[in-house]
Amino acid sequence: MTKVMGLTGDEAVAQAAKQSNVDVVAAYPITPQTIIVERFSEYVHNGEVDTEFVCVESEHSAMSACIGASLTGARVFTATSSQGLALMHEMMYIASGLRLPIVMAVANRALSAPINIHGDHSDMMGSRDCGWVQVYAENVQEAYDWTIQSFKIAEDHDVLLPVSVNLDGFILTHSTEDVGTLEDEEVAKFLPPRKPLYDIDPEKPVSVGALCLPDYYFEFKRQQAEAMKNIPRAMRRVNTEYEALTGRKYGALDALEMEDAEAGILCLGSTAGTARFVAKELRERGKRVGVVKLWLYRPFPTKEIVDAIKGLRALVVLDRACSFGAPYGAVCSDIVSALSQSGAKLNVLNGIYGLGGRDITPSDIEAIFNEALRIAETGIVEEPVKFIGVRE
Amino acid sequence: MVRLSELPTEDLLAPGHRLCAGCGAAMIAKMTLKAVRGPTVVVSSTGCIEVATTIYPYTSWRTSWVHVAFENAAAVAAGIESAYKALTKKGSWDKRVDVIALCGDGGTFDIGIQALSGALERGHDFLYICYDNEAYMNTGIQRSGATPHGASTTTSPAGTKVPGKPEWKKDLAGICAAHGIDYVATASPAYWNDYITKVRKGIEVNGPAVIHVLSPCPLGWRHDPSESVKMARLAVQTRYFPVYEIEKGKYRLNINPKPLPVDEFLKPQGRFRHLFRPEFMKEVEEIQGWVDENWNRITKLCETG
Repeated sequence: MTKVMGLTGDEAVAQAAKQSNVDVVAAYPITPQTIIVERFSEYVHNGEVDTEFVCVESEHSAMSACIGASLTGARVFTATSSQGLALMHEMMYIASGLRLPIVMAVANRALSAPINIHGDHSDMMGSRDCGWVQVYAENVQEAYDWTIQSFKIAEDHDVLLPVSVNLDGFILTHSTEDVGTLEDEEVAKFLPPRKPLYDIDPEKPVSVGALCLPDYYFEFKRQQAEAMKNIPRAMRRVNTEYEALTGRKYGALDALEMEDAEAGILCLGSTAGTARFVAKELRERGKRVGVVKLWLYRPFPTKEIVDAIKGLRALVVLDRACSFGAPYGAVCSDIVSALSQSGAKLNVLNGIYGLGGRDITPSDIEAIFNEALRIAETGIVEEPVKFIGVRE
Repeated sequence: MVRLSELPTEDLLAPGHRLCAGCGAAMIAKMTLKAVRGPTVVVSSTGCIEVATTIYPYTSWRTSWVHVAFENAAAVAAGIESAYKALTKKGSWDKRVDVIALCGDGGTFDIGIQALSGALERGHDFLYICYDNEAYMNTGIQRSGATPHGASTTTSPAGTKVPGKPEWKKDLAGICAAHGIDYVATASPAYWNDYITKVRKGIEVNGPAVIHVLSPCPLGWRHDPSESVKMARLAVQTRYFPVYEIEKGKYRLNINPKPLPVDEFLKPQGRFRHLFRPEFMKEVEEIQGWVDENWNRITKLCETG
């Protein structure tokens, strides 16, 4: 039974974590994530959950405590943003290296300097090689849905990897939307308590975090790479089961109007909503444009993406982060690699946009589509990377 | 005070680890595990104990052992303790598990002090033991906040102008006690029954407890490996390392030696050898002054209770 609640992105994530029956939350406040931990603290102090909430003294300790807690076999959740995520960086590699199914909401926010509290993807893009699964929500409903699904994906014994649920700072974290929520019992049935494959019960002693020299380290990393490969299958199982429960369909990506499109935009997060709105308008004016929204960024769903975009004549990849000195932004680099790997030929333009919360408007998107249509017609990409909406 | 005959014959730290001959930390780890009362998880920060006891695929630990990183053993221990608490509350766990963090001075005095302070303030039920060999021995003897004044390390070398480390050692027990926790103690492995008794006490305390134990390091202190226990004893006998405990804010002196001059502790160690050159002799006097002042400060606290 769906119950519609008016929730901000942060509140929806807190609600989802509460219903997911987490055992331990260890977190530290940072804008624009703070409401998640505030709501969760209220649940704890009002006796609505029996979760242990560890109000740590830094994000580094937040992830450290999550690692310790997860080792016992407990279900563990945390949330952070920006500088907090950067401070966790070291621990993120350890969480994935120890194969711990921690779920973390990331309220995506720009990184200092200069300091800025608004939304962009610089924080998570800086963590893209940490071995964490990354999913991105377009709206508050998706943030709620992905949080619940992420525990099930992370805890799958073929996976055992941490998952980050990304939601755009302020745009989603602080916007109230109608959210279809599940009943507690429905979530409990969908997501039974975690069954750990290994734990640190001293009566069956194990040593965790041993020193691995050149004779063994590489094999651990090779297995980690293999675990990433198991995600699409595990995710499909979870998405299918969740769809049966909610009627809401999820996957690695969402393609809109792509069947006969000539020009397309590919992006992550809330910008997909604006892009879809503009694409529909342009379609009404007879322009063959489409949108690909990536839900899953790590592992990169290469095949699905290539299948979705290979019929295009021009693609604009939008990156809400700057990879300084690189040929493209992070997402576009991956897209170009995927195309190269598949042998598909496609004109690609990379748009770097929205840094530090700079708004991207429907008219910006329309201009991008028009540029893409021009490239589709002429086959000429004048400059491979464009900064969109910036004073130059 | 425990008696030898009361100690378990079982060793939870298996022989064959790769710690140096005469390593104080090895003795401390072994004695620590003699004091456990049941299922125990040990958390180590990166350091000598970690690298030398768990070279994959081998381990010396016959109880569960966790290493995550250098600066966060207290936070990891806090996570483990909280998780068992939550699982117990939910009825999915029915064993009492004690959590002991066993960390070096670098991981405690310096890089790990924030995580330690946070965990003490939050009141997690765990015992934190700092085995203090007074420098970053695992990376090759660099100075830490625990290195004593005058000691020569690779980053505070005995130069022609500067005779070793210019700064003085941090008061770890005082810092921990300032958190208002129920149990803080110092110890020396030369007094094994005092140490083991304290470990058990620290485990039994409800809430956080800290033990600061001096850990001779033949490699870094530059003394003969056969003399580690002697060094640990001389540190106490010269009053260089007072052995006391702070229970619920009350200080109690555990060992009150007839004092030997601090030279007796400094002279046999290569790290202090340069201080006995004529141009640096005043450093020895300064160290003696620090020792006396520190002793007076602590004994005064013990008198007032």
